[in-house]
Amino acid sequence: MAILQNKCWLFSAVRQVGLAGFVVLAACLGFGQTTNSCLDCHSALPDPLGVSQEKFSQDIHAQKGLTCASCHGGDATSDDPDKAMSRKAGWKGKIDRKQIPQLCGSCHSDPAYIRQFNPSLRTDQLGQYRTSVHGKRFAAGDTKVAVCTDCHSVHDLRAPSDPRSTVNPVNVANTCSRCHADASYMKGYPIPTDQFAKYSTSVHHQALAVRGDLSAPTCTTCHGNHGAAPPGVDKVQNVCSNCHAFQAQMYEKSTHKKAFDAASLPGCVVCHGNHGIGHPSDAYLGTGPEAVCMRCHTPGDRCDQARVGLQGGLSRLDEAIKGADQILRVAESSGMEVSEARLGQDQARDSLTKARVTIHSFRTDLVDQDIQAGLKIASKNLQAGKGAMVERNQRRVGLGISLIAIGIVLVGLRLYIKKIES
Amino acid sequence: MSPLRNVRSWLDQRFGWDDLIAPLRKKTVPLHRLSYWYFLGGITLFLFVIQVLTGILLLLYYRPGANEAFESVQYIMTRVQFGWLIRSIHSWSANLMIFTAFAHMFSVLFLKAYRKPRELTWVSGVLLLFLVMGFGFSGYLLPWNTLAFFATKVGTEITGQVPIIGKPMMIFLRGGEEVTGATLTRFFGFHVAVLPGIATVLLLLHLLLVQRLGISIPPKLEVQWTANPSAKREMKFFPNFLLRELMAWYVALGVLGVLAAVFPWNLGVKADPFVPAPAGIKPEWYFLFMFQTLKLIPPKVWFIDGEILGVLAFGLVGLLWILLPFFESDQPSRTKRWITGLAVFALAYVAGMSVYGHLAK
Repeated sequence: MAILQNKCWLFSAVRQVGLAGFVVLAACLGFGQTTNSCLDCHSALPDPLGVSQEKFSQDIHAQKGLTCASCHGGDATSDDPDKAMSRKAGWKGKIDRKQIPQLCGSCHSDPAYIRQFNPSLRTDQLGQYRTSVHGKRFAAGDTKVAVCTDCHSVHDLRAPSDPRSTVNPVNVANTCSRCHADASYMKGYPIPTDQFAKYSTSVHHQALAVRGDLSAPTCTTCHGNHGAAPPGVDKVQNVCSNCHAFQAQMYEKSTHKKAFDAASLPGCVVCHGNHGIGHPSDAYLGTGPEAVCMRCHTPGDRCDQARVGLQGGLSRLDEAIKGADQILRVAESSGMEVSEARLGQDQARDSLTKARVTIHSFRTDLVDQDIQAGLKIASKNLQAGKGAMVERNQRRVGLGISLIAIGIVLVGLRLYIKKIES
Repeated sequence: MSPLRNVRSWLDQRFGWDDLIAPLRKKTVPLHRLSYWYFLGGITLFLFVIQVLTGILLLLYYRPGANEAFESVQYIMTRVQFGWLIRSIHSWSANLMIFTAFAHMFSVLFLKAYRKPRELTWVSGVLLLFLVMGFGFSGYLLPWNTLAFFATKVGTEITGQVPIIGKPMMIFLRGGEEVTGATLTRFFGFHVAVLPGIATVLLLLHLLLVQRLGISIPPKLEVQWTANPSAKREMKFFPNFLLRELMAWYVALGVLGVLAAVFPWNLGVKADPFVPAPAGIKPEWYFLFMFQTLKLIPPKVWFIDGEILGVLAFGLVGLLWILLPFFESDQPSRTKRWITGLAVFALAYVAGMSVYGHLAK
């Protein structure tokens, strides 16, 4: 009986071990099925066929659960290469460049499909692409122009919000420059290839790439992304006004608007340039190398006289602010409490900025209003600084008198002590 | 009879003025090459009086509250006649008072003036020093500027490290979990009511003890003068020493005037609890040696949290410091050398750590 009981126990133990082994094997097989079997081989292949597991795991599509088969067709669950890459299973092999926009659009133009991953993601990219210069040329058979994967990358495609994405605002200019700054690649297209070089020197690039201000414009901000196209001469101010709203309002009502429109000149670009926009300076109004007015106007004419008035006003206010700043700085370093006047200086600076914006109306009376308001504030702050310096000097005189008085008392006390102790 | 004598006679008839000041007339001050150190206590007292007077004047315009404190101090400094002078003197005098209180303590320590029967004078003096630092800590927040706000935040956080009672103490000090307007109101209360009340009682006790026990003589001299009473040299407290003390007070007043006029106390920028703390924030110089020590202690010492260990160690050292006279010998000829060694080490440690803390980033 005891032997029988022992046999039963042994049988039970073997059964338990067998069951556990089966579960582990099934789990392993199951795990194999959920992975992307294509990568088993392709991760070992050299470029252009090679795609490592690490690279593909960074791809937003892989993170959302899509596999190679989602684009290339075939059966990604099969370990048998013949089955995995069987035409019967819909395997397409390398995607023909001509098919790329349509293939991407098959999902990205389907709102119902995209909604399950990201309801806020737009689904008009393909439609926009077809309206772009890239899309139009592509439709006409030019396969050199950009398609989706040229900008967004492939197999390691990241969300635009990812700083490592090729279409993150900080990287967009570099991405565009890969083609647009390549003179040999752009040969045959009637556009320059110095845009990126110019943009790299611009105030916009400085703000975006150096200061990290993501609201600063890059290529796509002005040209659009999927619907990329040059803004067109008559539309430039509409592009700039998206950010520079007040300047645009002033310009719209100005005499220059009519004159530029009549001469088919591209608004803002005439004075500020396009890709290489520098930091605007009051010297634009001058007659030196940076001057822009005198490129068109004749010395001594009515506009030239107005220009002199405008530049003089801005210089006066700038000098007044600097003068007040200097005296307030000295007063503050002497320990005087001038924080109120220092705060007032910000108002004066605001007036100067406002005057510089109002310049776009090209009306001396409007600019002068801002200049006068700023000068009034700067003058008040200058007086506060001077007052503080006068008070500082008075304090020092008072201190001198007090120290003399203290010295006299000390001498008196010393003499008195000497007297009573003698 | 002169008018002054008339007044004195009038006072004497009513509450025995002559009897009251008789001890002052009998009081003497030992005269030796280190007698100058005796002035430090009086200078500290003088600066305390300056603090009280300028503090009362500041109270006329200061408004405690997160929305008003900074503006009211700004008003005092820019609009009130001589407001800048009163505020600057109050701030400079506070710092000088803490410095002279420390110097007074170390002079007492090196001259061994804490020995029997002056143990209670020492105890009350050390407690007064702690109170003075409390005045500094509570007063620093009152202008409600950025540096003060974050220094208070760090300071009260350190209090919160004390095991068991730390957290409730921190909440009590702050008037809540965070440093807010409630903390400011609370610190104002401590600064102008609680601490002055305790300080006045302790100060009177300290002065009474000094008066009753007289001024101590360094042990070596005490032994010499006991063996040879003819070698003893003294000076009358009134008027000889007091007049000299008065000279020291005038010098202190001159120094205060120079500091206040040439280096007016900065107001800084109004505190904003929502901005990050400025980089490298440090407490006032008199807390620097403790702050720097806490920074240098590793996060874990064996299994104890480094900061908690530091706070507990400072608490224990503070307690032992108060009790220091009770470890000293009764005999002037057999004073403990290790206490002098400890005093030298303490002075070097406080000075060294303060300089290190000041220079450290």
